[in-house]
Amino acid sequence: MRLPATLANALHLGVKELRSLLRDPIMLVLIGHAFTLAIYTGAAAMPSAVNRATIAIVDEDRSPLSARIAAAFYPPTFLPPVMITQAQMDARMDAGLDTFALDIPPNFQRDLLAGRNPAIQLNVDATRMTQAFSGSGYVQTMVMQEVQAFAQRYRGGEVPPVDLVLRARFNPQLEKSWFGAIIQLINNITMLSIVLTGAALIREREHGTIEHLLVMPVTPFEIMIGKIWAMGLVVFAAATASLFLVVQGLLAVPVGGSVPLFLAGAALHLLATTSLGIVLGTVTRSMPQFGLLLILILLPLMMLSGGMTPFESMPAGVQWVMQLAPTTHFVALAQAILYRGAGLPVVWPQFAALLAIAAALFAFALLRFRRMIGETAG
Amino acid sequence: MSLAAAGGPMGEPMGAPVARLEGVSLRYGRRIALDAVSLDIPGGCMAGLIGPDGVGKSSVLSLIAGARAVQAGRVTALGGDMAAARHREVAGPRIAYMPQGLGRNLYPTLSVAENIDFFGRLFGHDRAARRRRIALLTESTGLAPFLDRPAGKLSGGMKQKLSLCCSLIHDPDLLILDEPTTGVDPLSRRQFWDLIGGIRAGRPGMSVLVATAYMEEAAGFDWLAAMHAGRVLDAGAPRALLERTGSESLETAFIRLLPEAARAGHQPVTVPPRRDAGEDAAAIEARGLTMRFGGFTAVDQVSFRIPRGEIFGFLGSNGCGKTTTMKMLTGLLPATEGEARLFGEAVDPRNMETRRRVGYMSQNFSLYAELTVRQNLELHARLFRLPPAEIPGRVRDMAERFELSAILDALPDALPLGQRQRLSLAVAMIHRPEMLILDEPTSGVDPVARDAFWRSIVALSREDRVTIFISTHFMNEAQRCDRISLMHAGRVLVSDTPERIRADRGAATLEEAFIGYLEEAAAKGGAPAALPGPAAVPPPTGPAMPARHRRFDLRRLLSYSRREALELQRDPVRATLALLGSILLMLVMGYGINMDVENLSFAVLDRDQTVTSQNYALHLAGSPYFRERAPILDYADLDRRMRAGQLSLAVEIPSGFARDIARGRPVQVGAWIDGAMPARGETVRGYVQGIHQHWLQVKAAEAPGRNGTASLATVETRFRYNPGIRSLVAMVPAIIPMLLMLIPAILTALSVVREKELGSIVNLYVSPVTRLEFLLGKQIPYVALAMVNFLLLVLLAVTLFGVPLTGSFPALAAATFLYVGASTAIGLLISSFMRSQIAAVFGTAILTILPAMQFSGVIDPVSSLEGAGALIGQVFPTAFYVTVARGTFSKALGFAELQPAFLPLAISVVVLLGLSTLLLRKQER
Repeated sequence: MRLPATLANALHLGVKELRSLLRDPIMLVLIGHAFTLAIYTGAAAMPSAVNRATIAIVDEDRSPLSARIAAAFYPPTFLPPVMITQAQMDARMDAGLDTFALDIPPNFQRDLLAGRNPAIQLNVDATRMTQAFSGSGYVQTMVMQEVQAFAQRYRGGEVPPVDLVLRARFNPQLEKSWFGAIIQLINNITMLSIVLTGAALIREREHGTIEHLLVMPVTPFEIMIGKIWAMGLVVFAAATASLFLVVQGLLAVPVGGSVPLFLAGAALHLLATTSLGIVLGTVTRSMPQFGLLLILILLPLMMLSGGMTPFESMPAGVQWVMQLAPTTHFVALAQAILYRGAGLPVVWPQFAALLAIAAALFAFALLRFRRMIGETAG
Repeated sequence: MSLAAAGGPMGEPMGAPVARLEGVSLRYGRRIALDAVSLDIPGGCMAGLIGPDGVGKSSVLSLIAGARAVQAGRVTALGGDMAAARHREVAGPRIAYMPQGLGRNLYPTLSVAENIDFFGRLFGHDRAARRRRIALLTESTGLAPFLDRPAGKLSGGMKQKLSLCCSLIHDPDLLILDEPTTGVDPLSRRQFWDLIGGIRAGRPGMSVLVATAYMEEAAGFDWLAAMHAGRVLDAGAPRALLERTGSESLETAFIRLLPEAARAGHQPVTVPPRRDAGEDAAAIEARGLTMRFGGFTAVDQVSFRIPRGEIFGFLGSNGCGKTTTMKMLTGLLPATEGEARLFGEAVDPRNMETRRRVGYMSQNFSLYAELTVRQNLELHARLFRLPPAEIPGRVRDMAERFELSAILDALPDALPLGQRQRLSLAVAMIHRPEMLILDEPTSGVDPVARDAFWRSIVALSREDRVTIFISTHFMNEAQRCDRISLMHAGRVLVSDTPERIRADRGAATLEEAFIGYLEEAAAKGGAPAALPGPAAVPPPTGPAMPARHRRFDLRRLLSYSRREALELQRDPVRATLALLGSILLMLVMGYGINMDVENLSFAVLDRDQTVTSQNYALHLAGSPYFRERAPILDYADLDRRMRAGQLSLAVEIPSGFARDIARGRPVQVGAWIDGAMPARGETVRGYVQGIHQHWLQVKAAEAPGRNGTASLATVETRFRYNPGIRSLVAMVPAIIPMLLMLIPAILTALSVVREKELGSIVNLYVSPVTRLEFLLGKQIPYVALAMVNFLLLVLLAVTLFGVPLTGSFPALAAATFLYVGASTAIGLLISSFMRSQIAAVFGTAILTILPAMQFSGVIDPVSSLEGAGALIGQVFPTAFYVTVARGTFSKALGFAELQPAFLPLAISVVVLLGLSTLLLRKQER
């Protein structure tokens, strides 16, 4: 007898939330933007690790070989190399104009052919982490290839006996945009679900309608469930549409695994984040405070969840703390399902963790919400 | 037609018009607020606009004050056209404008003295003049003992007096007061009008223009204009209005002036006596009800007993504890002490059954503005669990009874107040409650609607025997109740029938009686309610304000800075969130964004199982980047583990590996990289290639017949600026720019939008401060805060993260100053588009995070971006500041080398500020 009433109330209250949202053009625009343009631009603007890297060459040799090396660098991996003098090199690197500067010493070709093992100096601006690492490997490999090819023509030599055949699985071209699209989608799911639920609660408090609800035969539990399912549903629907239309359609990102399984994970994740939205809505007194707190919560959730950088490379302490965040598990399961085509037998630990976190957050949100209602003072 | 002001039929002496409206119309979106209004408002006297909420009174006043832009028609005030900016500049300082709402133009966290001081500075008074005026004004208004009390903690009456002080600081010739006494207790109201009288006695030439909803008050004015639905019904001296309509009271006169349609169906309210008074069981009972919030006692030992079917009134000013008492009765607030009983049962918030017997109508008719009338009714019916089959019929009944049938599909916000009020009542009645708790249900509603409302209430009480508990601050409504309680400062002063209360005090009216009780209470409590003879002190007529209006005045600018800084200081939540928040984020990101790819898991599928193949695997395992996992058994195992994300790299060594190498036959080693995370994949690829090459070299060197040197040439790689290739060294100088963009921009945007939302923006509209002064003034404290922030972040970087600052600190600090100038200016720019604080926070976050994080070289260099991102990266200030931050932190650079980055930063500040100034409005539209 009790359950149907609770369900009915939660249903009516949720429908009310949906109707309210429908008449809030700013939020609708925000949702629309977050699941279309934001994902598209976020993914499209993501360059692959070494892309259009700036390189300068100090050619003190001026030999056919040095010219050949210089000609090896071309877009899109590198911008056309700038030929500079040694005197310019430091200043240009200081100003951040070049990420790489290659110094080919005088008599390089002669020494090479004479078998004197000459050295080329490669200067890397190591403050540009993303390019410095893999880029220097690239430059090295390319220089060596040119040198080898050149030497072979003049001296003849043996082919390396062992060949390394490298293949990247799940993303053969290592396209960053595939990755970027999904991460944007995940980030926007997290952001919007927190914003919508928290704002719905604060709006109700600011307009005084929450008191109105509380004098009716409605329990805080029902009010909270109403907000959670309605806002969760909106984000869920928008994210699903975005996955099919924008990610798979417009951006043509191939999805490896089961979309329903991913959506099930998203639903669990939404339970956790909408509960978090309620918690934030109860601890802050006003919208501006909510906004500031939101940023403090949202940025770590996005940046430390393994979405931006590899999770296993983070300090142990951070990894430990982030195990408590729903996004960490959601990112892990999304990557496993969508890229690697993993199924439930593989990702069940993430599902279990997400479920535990969602349950805990929900319980805490209910506690906070009940307490807030106890404190509702005029 | 212009309703003649001067003379009137009675020939009262009246001055030349101080303001004149000719064919003025005003629209808010589609709603027409003023409809071709023409009106001459006489000067040198007390002129009043009467009418309920939403008829256009406030619009007329704000147009005359110059706070709102003229849309159509011509508004003349103090002898000039208010549509002309030049005239507003000259006339503005001669006009004082007190907007509607208690203390709307005040700053609640600032003290009484600071508030007046701020206005004094705005009008360019020097320190001595300000001190003298503050003393005089607070003395004459009785605020002197409370100079240090925050404005937000004053009572309603005191807020209005303070607001008046702030308006009077510059000796205006025209004083415009928009509903200055609404919601204020009768004693304070009387004192307020006495005060105005005293000021007028001291400055006989001053014109006063007042809008009010209290007809009793208006009766004492020299001239009145009655307004209805954006039009003026009639204007003239009160006596003339009474005579023309043949009425005895202004309220009746107003009703008779209304057009036929609006008056239709109006009948006076008659309250039949209760049939069986005194016999019923108590519907509501309160015993020693007390509510304390911290040290503040909001409700103090309130007791009453209300029998079934009675109309019981709670009379008192705003903040006297009426609402709190009602909330305790409904169970919304648990009482600190005492007991409340409904229908003989103690109030228990968890008891759903009692809730179904009570209907509650909260202040301001809090309805769901986003739901239509029908949806509101249906929602409440469902939540009260009416059987679904009954709901349509019940909704129809309520719509008919409360005359809502024609507007069932309208949104509440689009309805006039009277209809919203009826909807609120219908919502409260939908479940047939036995008791109605109504919290100020009639504020702001026009007399006709109010009377109609009262007829419904009376019918409910007398016919349906519903108990009515109603609070009000209108005396004539109190008179209609069976019994009333007078409430003040949390205590019930007296409780009886209205007639007996009046008779007991021997007063002519209920209001007189109430004032008597209030004075008695004040005298007992020793409270300062008893003022020095109000008219005793004439207002200061000190040196007039500086005659010429300067285009740019540093003093006005700094007065805004000072005030903003004070507010920030008083709002520790914002300040600490800003400072602690950036430190927290710095820690999180500094430790979290790690570009070092380490501990990569790999496993080998070794089909050869020879010494050579094991040597190859060992070579990989020996690298610090890789961690070897259990060997792979077969392809299925490889596939499963890669899908699970357990392996970043899988290597397959074919059978015959060692044999083929020995024979010089080509061999292929297979390697699979997990490409799910492309950046990591790239790194892994680089590592594997390097290790493979190295292994080849070692192998070649070992091979017989070769004399050592395997390679033809060497590439010596020097990692500059960050020889340890540590992520922290690279990232920390890039995180600082991100944080110094995000947080200052949000705080600054909030500071402007807050004023829009809370109403104090009106001070920009009506005071001589210019837009640039306003913006710069608001910006300065946030630039200072951001600089403090910057110092903390640098300290954190150098000490905790151990990132050395190798270059010039002065260069970094100078660039930071320009940069936070730009980031706060971005906040100002965004604030010009935003109306609500929430939009400001999110809009600013969205508009700054993406360009700062992804397009400014924080992670990927700007030169590597493509498309729109690249374009943004070339103009967004963060890109230039990242160059400076990295240059000074890691590259040991100074002013000379970083010069190219300074100019764009400086230009961006100027451009952003210029745009913000252009987009900010000096008038409301």
